[in-house]
Amino acid sequence: MSASQPVEPRNWTGALRRRLLRELPPEKLLPDSQPAYMASWIYLFGVLTVAALAVVVGTGCVLALKGPSWWHLSSLGHYVNSMHLWSVELFLSFMVIHLWGKFFMAAWRGRRAMTWITGCVAFFASIGTAFTGYLAQQNLDSQWISTQAKDGLNSVGIGAYFNVMDFGQMLMWHIVLLPAAIGVLTVWHLVLVRRRGIVPPIGAVTPESETPTEQRTEKQP
Amino acid sequence: MLPLPALPARLLAAPIDLNGPGHYLHWGVIQISVANLVVIGLMLLAFVAAILLPFPRFPRKRGRR
Amino acid sequence: MNRKRPRQETPDSHAFPTRPYDLVKEALIALLAVTLLTFGLAALFSSPDEKPATISAWTQADPADFTATAVGELGGTSATAQYGPPYNTAADGQKLGPLSLQKWAGVKHPIDTANDLVLQPLRQTPEPAAVTAALAQWSAATTDQQAKWTSAYTDALGKAPNGDPAKVTSGDYGPVPALTARLLQLGRSGTLDAQLLAEGHYFQTDYTRALLFLADGSYLQDQARAQHLGGDQWGMMNETGNYPGQAWLWLYTFWYQVQPYKSSANADALVWGTMALLSALLLLLPFIPGLRDIPRLTRVYRLIWRDWYRDHPTPRGDAART
Repeated sequence: MSASQPVEPRNWTGALRRRLLRELPPEKLLPDSQPAYMASWIYLFGVLTVAALAVVVGTGCVLALKGPSWWHLSSLGHYVNSMHLWSVELFLSFMVIHLWGKFFMAAWRGRRAMTWITGCVAFFASIGTAFTGYLAQQNLDSQWISTQAKDGLNSVGIGAYFNVMDFGQMLMWHIVLLPAAIGVLTVWHLVLVRRRGIVPPIGAVTPESETPTEQRTEKQP
Repeated sequence: MLPLPALPARLLAAPIDLNGPGHYLHWGVIQISVANLVVIGLMLLAFVAAILLPFPRFPRKRGRR
Repeated sequence: MNRKRPRQETPDSHAFPTRPYDLVKEALIALLAVTLLTFGLAALFSSPDEKPATISAWTQADPADFTATAVGELGGTSATAQYGPPYNTAADGQKLGPLSLQKWAGVKHPIDTANDLVLQPLRQTPEPAAVTAALAQWSAATTDQQAKWTSAYTDALGKAPNGDPAKVTSGDYGPVPALTARLLQLGRSGTLDAQLLAEGHYFQTDYTRALLFLADGSYLQDQARAQHLGGDQWGMMNETGNYPGQAWLWLYTFWYQVQPYKSSANADALVWGTMALLSALLLLLPFIPGLRDIPRLTRVYRLIWRDWYRDHPTPRGDAART
């Protein structure tokens, strides 16, 4: 069907396409401008977090090329493991600073509660992913972490299904399931940021409505 | 099997060796490693710096698409 | 803050003036910066890799502790044997208030410490006649008799100088000394490590048996505590050596250091419950009055957006509204 047809086909594909274009047109998805109130270095920490996640995943992929024992046997493997560890430290540091910033900006305002929620769930998922990573080290640290963590998980029944002493299970959660979850959450979070735009300053009014005496009535986002 | 190069160990040995007995600070019920304290300190510093450091002003464009 | 306050609806961010901005360039620069930082940190500091503890090392470092642990596994008095779900029904496990989550989850990873950790490894190996006879004597005895032997030998080991099996006073311990002495030999040779790790299969990745046996003794714990990894050392946050650890776990491990968690038999469940509650509060912050007002009340935002507020003073000056 050509674009000049006046009547759009009533099918799922067309409906999805129209919905996506309505909710997130290309100018919103990849804007080449930003609101003038974005004038703080704190705004960098979101993109730094995503960049660090890319390095974490990239170094993880290199480790996957040669398998989980490689880093114990090869100095190059050990170096790649070191990159993976330090990029994780950077990832979580940037993420927490980003959370501090967004908290003090009350960035959930203006129908952005889901942005906050997806961010928090991504935070918790990242902690879980790091946890399974520490379990997959196959050294003294992982022996201790697994035998200790089992008590916490067993106490609330999770240990019956999630056995931290099962290296194979923990490795697959670490390299498949949890990164997939983080990927989905990250994309969702970023799409929400693009959809709603960056939250305006607290109390800010749009230039058209900038009058000193005007009052607004209640509506809490 | 991918033939990844094996580099000599000395080329990749870390100049700062963090292995060995850890240094810990005790304050009441709190025990924290110097390493963790440094990381947390750097994070707080980065946060404060990000908020306080002046941001370059750019020419603005009015209106929206 | 109970008075009803008129709240401003947050305006659409697209209604504000903009300036040109290159999102893709920013992302690529961030990626380059983080990659270089990562290369640098890894080159400067490397990463820790402490060799794993083995039963072989344990038997050589502390044979008395190994023997005492082996008797505990055989007699069903070790920590694993007394654990409860998911390993056995010897106990009900912890409760979170009225919720017996540990018990309800059930025995999903059954471990018979006597059989899985002691008798099966012995039977799998060609044994001297004395050990074969000891195994037969053990199998033929009643459960009560078995418990009497292990209990008596545990007491005797406790009284012997340095817990040395060679210095135990004579008594009726049945086949227990022969079995545990042979297990010690298997441990020293590395055979026991291999047998427990294999769990009877050729290909397998579940190290539960080997790890539980190690954790029931003191050797693994001693290695860990020497690295400040113990629970009462805030160990959850720590890494071996001088490496930064998991600073993000600070609040999780904090509760274990204070009452009532510190001395509670349900400490783990209570900590999990507390952290689940706090996580829910963080997640639902936008909907919680009081908590969601903290940003407005602390006024850190005045610093973040100071350029904007300088150019666009709000109608009521400092009384910003959300």
